Amino acid sequence: MKSVVSVVALVAAALLGSTSVRAADVEVIHWWTSGGEQAAVSVFAREFDALGGDKWVDTAIAGGENARSATLQRILGGDPPGAAQFNPGRQYEELIAGNMLLDLTDLATKENWAGFIRPASISEACLVDGHWWCVPVNIHSWNWAWASVPAFEKAGVELPTSFDDFLSKAPKLQEAGIIPFAIGGESWQINGAFGVIQTSLLGLEKREKILKDKDLELAKAEMPAVFEKFRQFKQFSDAGSANRNWNDTTNLVVTDQAGLQVMGDWARGEFGVAGEKAGVDYACLALPIDHPTVSTGGDIFLFPKQSDPAVEAAQLKMASMMVNPQVQALFNNAKGSMPIRDDVDMSLADDCMKRGLEIIKDPANIAVDAGRWQSNDTTGQFNDLVAQFWADDAMTVEAAAEQYVTILQNAD
Amino acid sequence: MTQIAEPGERAATGFAGTAAERKPRTRKKFNIQSVLGTTPMIATAIGVFVICIIFSIIWSFTNSKLFPNFNFIGLAQYERLWANDRWNISVRNLAVFGVLSIGISMVFGYLLAVFMDQRIKQEDLFRSIFLYPFAMSLVVTGLVWQWMFDPNLGIQSAVRQLGWANFEFAPLVKQETALYGLVLGGLWNGVGVTMAILLAGLRGVDSEIWKAAKVDGIPTWKTYLFIVLPMMKGAVATAFILQMTGIVRVFDIVIAMTQGGPGVSTQMPAVYVIQHITDRVNVGQGMAAATMMLLPVIILIGLQYLLQWNAQRKARKAA
Repeated sequence: MKSVVSVVALVAAALLGSTSVRAADVEVIHWWTSGGEQAAVSVFAREFDALGGDKWVDTAIAGGENARSATLQRILGGDPPGAAQFNPGRQYEELIAGNMLLDLTDLATKENWAGFIRPASISEACLVDGHWWCVPVNIHSWNWAWASVPAFEKAGVELPTSFDDFLSKAPKLQEAGIIPFAIGGESWQINGAFGVIQTSLLGLEKREKILKDKDLELAKAEMPAVFEKFRQFKQFSDAGSANRNWNDTTNLVVTDQAGLQVMGDWARGEFGVAGEKAGVDYACLALPIDHPTVSTGGDIFLFPKQSDPAVEAAQLKMASMMVNPQVQALFNNAKGSMPIRDDVDMSLADDCMKRGLEIIKDPANIAVDAGRWQSNDTTGQFNDLVAQFWADDAMTVEAAAEQYVTILQNAD
Repeated sequence: MTQIAEPGERAATGFAGTAAERKPRTRKKFNIQSVLGTTPMIATAIGVFVICIIFSIIWSFTNSKLFPNFNFIGLAQYERLWANDRWNISVRNLAVFGVLSIGISMVFGYLLAVFMDQRIKQEDLFRSIFLYPFAMSLVVTGLVWQWMFDPNLGIQSAVRQLGWANFEFAPLVKQETALYGLVLGGLWNGVGVTMAILLAGLRGVDSEIWKAAKVDGIPTWKTYLFIVLPMMKGAVATAFILQMTGIVRVFDIVIAMTQGGPGVSTQMPAVYVIQHITDRVNVGQGMAAATMMLLPVIILIGLQYLLQWNAQRKARKAA
């Protein structure tokens, strides 16, 4: 179903691209197409239009990879969109180096972004060499698992207290006709879950040594166990997982057909849209359960340079709107993400988000998103490897670990 | 597709012309009007194909990321490419996909063409039906096939609801069978056009041949297989080249049906190229892969010209 949306969106993008945009129209490319995501992005659109004059022109392209590709190609082709979504990290480093982005430093200094955006690792994604090149809009953490409370009740087992505990209870779920481990077959989903399990097994310190400092010896020693553990989950996934979207997968948990999904906190939006209640219909487990962490993923918007000063003024207005405390509250409540500032009214937040906000207070709980250290090229290779390992039972743990080390060694 | 199909067309029509022109040497070498008329096409062909291909090859020896540069790093991109599991699997997949797709679609295309050749009623209707899939985007047909192969909503669940509870037919979910699912989806698109081309070839065969075969008492099937088929080499070659070019750059049906999965089991070279020059922002790696993809095409075109040259030489000898 989602793929149809993506086709329609691509066509729409092509059409929009071919017509010239009015002076104060700002075209925004993003990949927020699921129910919860749409609710969130329309907060931005509504608030921006309410500022008067300028108009938010929505170009939704399903799939982060597709949306980022479209943005990059259009910037290279000399037809940049007014604003575009990326994940914080190295995805846009060459756009900064190539001087193709609007410098937001003046605005950021005036509004004191550095003063209120927390934790510091969030602003680091946009603040490069003393200049602000993008606007962080939310904090998303991968380190969550979503469990269906009725599904576990049906199987007659308690919610899991660790991955090992889950693996021991999974056969019971299976007997009750429930898919124990819901996962979509897209490589980023598989590698995402793999990363969370990796963090749980290794702990933050070793993880950082491997992924950031590229400690090959440590990777050689530790990664086989991670792959070994990861493979144990496969027997508890379902046959339909190939090529399934993350939100269709989440929907299995929402409808109690599946027990558990390891997915970032954007999944919470889906539970919200379905009218589910945290703690009653579903449970959010911050991972690792014995020492919960929050990873600093999320979304940023960057603003490619424009020739038209009217559009540039509108871009700055949009950037300012995105960090506005009230907009931050509305947006993040709808999106299921954490706001990038502390002083927003999160009274609407559900228990899961409150949990996340609690965890993020302590810098020791922050797992820096791997995208900060790895280029998209490297991330892509890890995606390929982990997806191949997941699908191919003939691939040995040793071979996978060896390739993992090779990719790490050659990472730029 | 067109730029590679062109030599085929020329083979059918053009060379007869040049052979005829060769004799009266007094004729002007270039006709101003035809030169003027073809200039835009020549410019496009050189500008778009030749120059772009040259740049692709140059960049494949550099470490270009988002912006192409000229920092030459030798063969490093190619070394990485051929050390990469996914690329090797892609190449293997392309070979299997190509052989199966072309083989089956040629056989079925010919059978369908023979069927259509029986002077059946409603021939136009059938031809439209068989040709229709070709008019549709592979993205659309790929999606429809993906739904049909989906274990939860497609053929499998439909048959199970009819009572066969253990029926299993979901090729795309297993990595051993996913590629064959792709072949099936692709065939549905490709068979019709093969049929149309081969049917045209069949109709081009002189009816006197048929009469002669009848007189000699040769069975119809033998006539089709051993007499008519060798006589329509041109149509077969056209259908083959057309399929071949579609196979080498197969992309959209993979994206629509499997996204290269499960795992990397249905990845294809074109997907690798596109992904590296877009989201993975590694133009150098993408260009190295693109250059490798160009190789078989160049070999194929070279082979074709060799055959043409050979045929031409024979024709001249005969004359």
